[in-house]
Amino acid sequence: MPKRTDISSILVIGAGPIIIGQACEFDYSGTQAIKALKEDGYRVILVNSNPATIMTDPEFADATYIEPITPAIVAKIIAKERPDALLPTMGGQTALNCALALDADGTLEKYGVEMIGAKADVIDKAENRMRFREAMDGIGLESARSGVAHTMAEAYEILERTGLPSIIRPSFTMGGTGGGVAYNKAEFERIVKSGLDASPTTEVLIEESLLGWKEYEMEVVRDKADNCIIICSIENVDPMGVHTGDSITVAPALTLTDKEYQIMRNASIACLREIGVETGGSNVQFAVNPKDGRLIVIEMNPRVSRSSALASKATGFPIARVAAKLAVGYTLDEITNEITGATPASFEPTIDYVVTKIPRFAFEKFKGADNHLSTAMKSVGEVMAIGRNIKESMQKALRGLETGLDGFNRVPELEGKSREIITAALSQATPERILNIAQAFREGFTVEEVQAITFYDPWFLRHIEEIIYEERMIGAEGLPNNAYDLRRLKAMGFSDKRLATLAVRSVGVAGGMGETQAKRSGLLHDALRAMAGATSEEEVRKLRQKLGVLPVYKRIDSCAAEFEAITPYMYSTYEAPSFGEPENEAWPSDREKVVILGGGPNRIGQGIEFDYCCVHACFALAEAGYETIMVNCNPETVSTDYDTSDRLYFEPLTAEDVLEILRVEHSRGTLKGVIVQFGGQTPLKLASALEEAGIPILGTSPDAIDLAEDRERFAKLVNKLKLKQPENGIAYSGDEALAVAHRIGYPVLLRPSYVLGGRAMEIVDGDAQLINYINTAVEVSGDSPVLVDQYLRDAVECDVDALCDGEDVVIAGVMQHIEEAGVHSGDSACSLPPYSLPQDIIDEMERQADALARALKVRGLMNIQFAVKDGEVYLIEVNPRASRTVPFVAKASGSQIAKIAARVMAGEMLADLPKIRRELDWVAVKEAVFPFARFPGSDPVLTPEMKSTGEVMGIDSTFAKAYTKAQIGEGSLLPKSGTVFVSVKDSDKPQIVEPVKQLVEMGMKVIATGGTATYLAEQGLPVERVNKVAEGRPHIVDKISDGEVALVFNTTEGWQSHKDSQSIRASALEMKVPYYTTAAASAAAALAIALVNADELEVRSLQDYYG
Amino acid sequence: MAFLASSRAQPQGATGVLVLADGTIVWGRGFGATGSAVGEVCFNTAMTGYQEVMTDPSYAAQIVTFTFPHIGNVGTNDEDFESRVEGAVGCVVREDVTLQSNFRSQAEFVEWMAKQGKIGISGVDTRALTRRIRLTGAPNAVIAHDPRGKFDLDALLGRAQEWPGLEGMDLAQSVSREHQEDWDGGYWRLGHGYDAAEREGKPHVVAMDFGSKDNIFRNLVKAGARVTVVPAKTSLDDIMALAPDGVFLSNGPGDPAATGEYAVPVIKALLEKDMPLFGICLGHQMLALAAGAKTTKMHQGHRGANHPVQRVGESWGETRDLVEITSMNHGFAVDGDTLPDGVEQTHVSLFDGSNCGIAVSGKKAFGVQYHPEASPGPQDSFYLFEKFVGMLG
Repeated sequence: MPKRTDISSILVIGAGPIIIGQACEFDYSGTQAIKALKEDGYRVILVNSNPATIMTDPEFADATYIEPITPAIVAKIIAKERPDALLPTMGGQTALNCALALDADGTLEKYGVEMIGAKADVIDKAENRMRFREAMDGIGLESARSGVAHTMAEAYEILERTGLPSIIRPSFTMGGTGGGVAYNKAEFERIVKSGLDASPTTEVLIEESLLGWKEYEMEVVRDKADNCIIICSIENVDPMGVHTGDSITVAPALTLTDKEYQIMRNASIACLREIGVETGGSNVQFAVNPKDGRLIVIEMNPRVSRSSALASKATGFPIARVAAKLAVGYTLDEITNEITGATPASFEPTIDYVVTKIPRFAFEKFKGADNHLSTAMKSVGEVMAIGRNIKESMQKALRGLETGLDGFNRVPELEGKSREIITAALSQATPERILNIAQAFREGFTVEEVQAITFYDPWFLRHIEEIIYEERMIGAEGLPNNAYDLRRLKAMGFSDKRLATLAVRSVGVAGGMGETQAKRSGLLHDALRAMAGATSEEEVRKLRQKLGVLPVYKRIDSCAAEFEAITPYMYSTYEAPSFGEPENEAWPSDREKVVILGGGPNRIGQGIEFDYCCVHACFALAEAGYETIMVNCNPETVSTDYDTSDRLYFEPLTAEDVLEILRVEHSRGTLKGVIVQFGGQTPLKLASALEEAGIPILGTSPDAIDLAEDRERFAKLVNKLKLKQPENGIAYSGDEALAVAHRIGYPVLLRPSYVLGGRAMEIVDGDAQLINYINTAVEVSGDSPVLVDQYLRDAVECDVDALCDGEDVVIAGVMQHIEEAGVHSGDSACSLPPYSLPQDIIDEMERQADALARALKVRGLMNIQFAVKDGEVYLIEVNPRASRTVPFVAKASGSQIAKIAARVMAGEMLADLPKIRRELDWVAVKEAVFPFARFPGSDPVLTPEMKSTGEVMGIDSTFAKAYTKAQIGEGSLLPKSGTVFVSVKDSDKPQIVEPVKQLVEMGMKVIATGGTATYLAEQGLPVERVNKVAEGRPHIVDKISDGEVALVFNTTEGWQSHKDSQSIRASALEMKVPYYTTAAASAAAALAIALVNADELEVRSLQDYYG
Repeated sequence: MAFLASSRAQPQGATGVLVLADGTIVWGRGFGATGSAVGEVCFNTAMTGYQEVMTDPSYAAQIVTFTFPHIGNVGTNDEDFESRVEGAVGCVVREDVTLQSNFRSQAEFVEWMAKQGKIGISGVDTRALTRRIRLTGAPNAVIAHDPRGKFDLDALLGRAQEWPGLEGMDLAQSVSREHQEDWDGGYWRLGHGYDAAEREGKPHVVAMDFGSKDNIFRNLVKAGARVTVVPAKTSLDDIMALAPDGVFLSNGPGDPAATGEYAVPVIKALLEKDMPLFGICLGHQMLALAAGAKTTKMHQGHRGANHPVQRVGESWGETRDLVEITSMNHGFAVDGDTLPDGVEQTHVSLFDGSNCGIAVSGKKAFGVQYHPEASPGPQDSFYLFEKFVGMLG
């Protein structure tokens, strides 16, 4: 059945900003889908509020709307574009929910838009817990004992059937928000309440606990002819009870007999048929009782998901691309498997390797947040690794995580501890559990003991135990000095660095003398090396090279070598020379090539923006005629799609792994160089190792990057260029701190050199406050100095992105932050062009940017942060590399700055490349999106430490409109009426008057706490005083909790006042009341409320803006 | 691409070896039975079901290279046998076999292999071996295991080279039952094991055993038949004496042309009698021979559990073009271009277009090249058993 010809235009809804549970896997799937639909000649209309996505690049869809994904806004796009069909399955839960709303409110019917991929009733049947359960009953698939509650009373009735512990899952939420596992009645009540609140339908499912059961996922694809195939089975190493997004998972399933596997396969297909998923990919989750194999269906997602991205990368089968083709009427047998180029998509991929996924967390960013893993997802990213066995796969994943691990690093906190302490640690589902398990083996626990506590399948535990056994052998005897044994260790996935650490321990120097110390004393070091085999990563590498123990590369071909693969998608492994030299399938080409190093797993501060830059580097350099080679280990990304680069190595971004790839690529053709400046800190950290190995690095030199980050070297450059930095100093005692403060002048910003969260950072206005801080908040000593910076109170912060080719400098964009200096630039909203800065200030920043680019000999991208106060421009920091703002600037200005930068890095001149557009007759506003709701107990306040997971862009004719769109896109619906609560620090009081006046004029009521109420009343504003929390009830938190407050302006200074007001922000967050924690953002919000009627906002495509 | 010359120099710790007839030596660590065995080296890409593969008589005289690196994870049990006769003589795996973890397991794979008299070698780059088979065809070889690592390579090589190979070899006789058997096993259910077969009042299928997999009979029983299994060389008269409502032609090892020498005349006669017939794999090939088509030896064969087969031809009606994901294990195939008039092609492989099913026009006779009984593999094609039993009586 060929594609449908009765539809010609299709609306695709994206997933919006990156949030926990919805990361860049939906950019990957959306991008694939759009490409697939365009190939077939359909007109594609896209809406997505996230400017950092590849899918929103204007050359992908025919009409690209960077607009908020709300039913009201999308309805306007439908009215304007009149698409024939809507594809809602590529944008996660956001797109599904939006599509369902448009169906329910009649918009789709009114405009004759057909939902393709999944019909509204199918989505409802899959996601409505009760209907899903009934459907499963109907086909004889068992579900857990459970019930659906809409009230607490109903919940207690169900609890009698399920018993404790019980699992609570809210309906229609993504990533399990608001759900959890309740072990006692108090927890039960709390979780049910939060689940009911989180669910848009005030509905939770309460289930019998399957804790300790094994968990599996099946990725299924079905076409309209009823062909069904399983793309991949995934086994969770973490048993039931931990959200699959937070679980360590492996593919394929490793502990099922064929009979059990076929039961699960049949059940998955029956589930799709019964739910009625006609076309596309779905994910079905199962729990299996390890004692008797009893199989329970947990849930299904009738759309592409994080797991389908993982399955696609794990097998090479492009689920989203195929799902898009199926949605327009193709059948599986009509689609080619592009990996082989010879076989159809209607087959089941089979793999000859083991894939491990380990999630990455960010609990350190959210002090006070509970790091226990449960059914609500909390991870912010993930790493995937591929090996020829489970050990290699797991150890590669651990080092790919970039959390400082080289493998199963020891856990010092558990070393030599009692069995009770270790047992307690094992019983906790935390991100560290896998390491704690390894440590338990070191401490003498048996597989059976660990299994009884953790419920990990013994099969996995035994492999970990074997790794620890090998570690002990190395620790006792040093490294083997023969190829056979060294290769055996490398085949188990041990990194060179881990081997070095273990080898050094073999000579008993771990306790008293470290590796560095040993190296300093030359003779001693030689002796050590002789005894241990090697004492550093470098020496292990040399030993390996001497013995000829080198990795080979195997191809991911979806068919276990049964057919030739035409796509160079590769991973490394160590093979024994069982017949001749180990076969290496890398087969490098004879072309001129550029290697682009990606950003690794997503984390806060390094996410999709950097992947965007890497992908653009691939596209641009391919256009310029180079062979592009991508190295990355993040399965969610577009960069790890097999058709983004010419060659893809799915490998950890460590010096060892990258150097081995370069060795192979170097062996044929010409290696033009490596790009390390686009993937964030991850590849930059590898720059020195690459330079030492004599690998050419393209673009700005790593030395210039280091210069910009080194406090002292940078200060010298600033002086030479006669630029101004905020005064700063470093103090090793209280007296020194006073002296520095006096030299700089108050106010100053104090922080320990090791930041320990918000409490440790304080702005002080005088000696008394400073002494108090030194005495109470931090310990100052020679080892832990305090940094003292001039605090530019109420300064305006700006970002400038520029390009330089060594001769010319071009400014790409100047962004004015909404939040004042002091809030991390990644967490601050910003406007391009600036909305309130005089031209001479902008000119001055551009002049300084120009001078810095030349001085640093930048070749490529550069980002500079300035603060502007009292007409003076202060330089805050310079990053001569791709920054987080690049995709926003590109989308706001319609200029492909990342592509231009990549070509400059490869040697072209700016004059020969497309010009950057600077004259804009529109305004774009970026707003950050935060995960505070995922971390109960953390304080949702903005600080110099970045906490946002993603961003949205609002674009319109005026700042107020663009800002309003950004707020809507972020999820804050600005109120038009109701009560605003105002409580601001003294220094903000003058700034808050005008915004409050605007709101009063709009007819809003104002309430405020003591000082603020008095001040506003003095300014002649009508204001009602409300109690602070400490002043007795009813207080402000009671009012917020009762829904009496529609808007919160709350700024604080000093950690005491900060702590006092934490409950205000927490309750606003809980009640979904828009809140602003800086005066500047409050003013922008008031302006937007006063000037913009959200109902009258208009939509416009990027193509239309860019003309 | 060139294969680097392999070394006769025995690496450290090598207790197993695979000596190919072309002189290539593949070293590894031996497990399971000791000694040596000769056969054709094939590969199987299924990720589950190694016990079923190793007990499938179609693998007689074959050494299976498992492409999935971890084999033995779920141990072995008394239920997952596909026959009690000799199946594959040995296997080659990437990883050393580790202890099992599965509630159904009754014995470790390594011990089971020894007990079954099968030789395994581990530590081999099975992907490289598979690529070699794909590019140069399935080689004849000797697999050997000696815990002391003592091998007479020249003798092993000589044996591999002397072995005539599967072409022209009638292996069915060696793995077929010697005596008639009233099949009494039903279908397997989780938590119940195998159901007992009800025999009263059911249509009677006589199954010719050329090296059959037990799951075929279990599926026939599940579809409502009473099954009597007879040896490969059972005569037409003996079959007819059992008063069958239909005759089933089983799978099996070896060259259909060789086995067909005595089986095809029987099948032809059954066809002429309008006896309902259903053939699987070798049985399918011999049905095709009986109907006048030819068979050929394939370059690399099809062995795995992910093979797409498409329904073709008019007879399918609405379900025409539907794709079944199937389990396959064959090195010979029916040449689709040689089908005479009156024989309709019903299924083709979507991997290479080779014939995967036929139906004889005007007769209740059909066959499929793949394994609808699965075990291991997808169960998309169980409908064929119902179709066959539905034709009877």
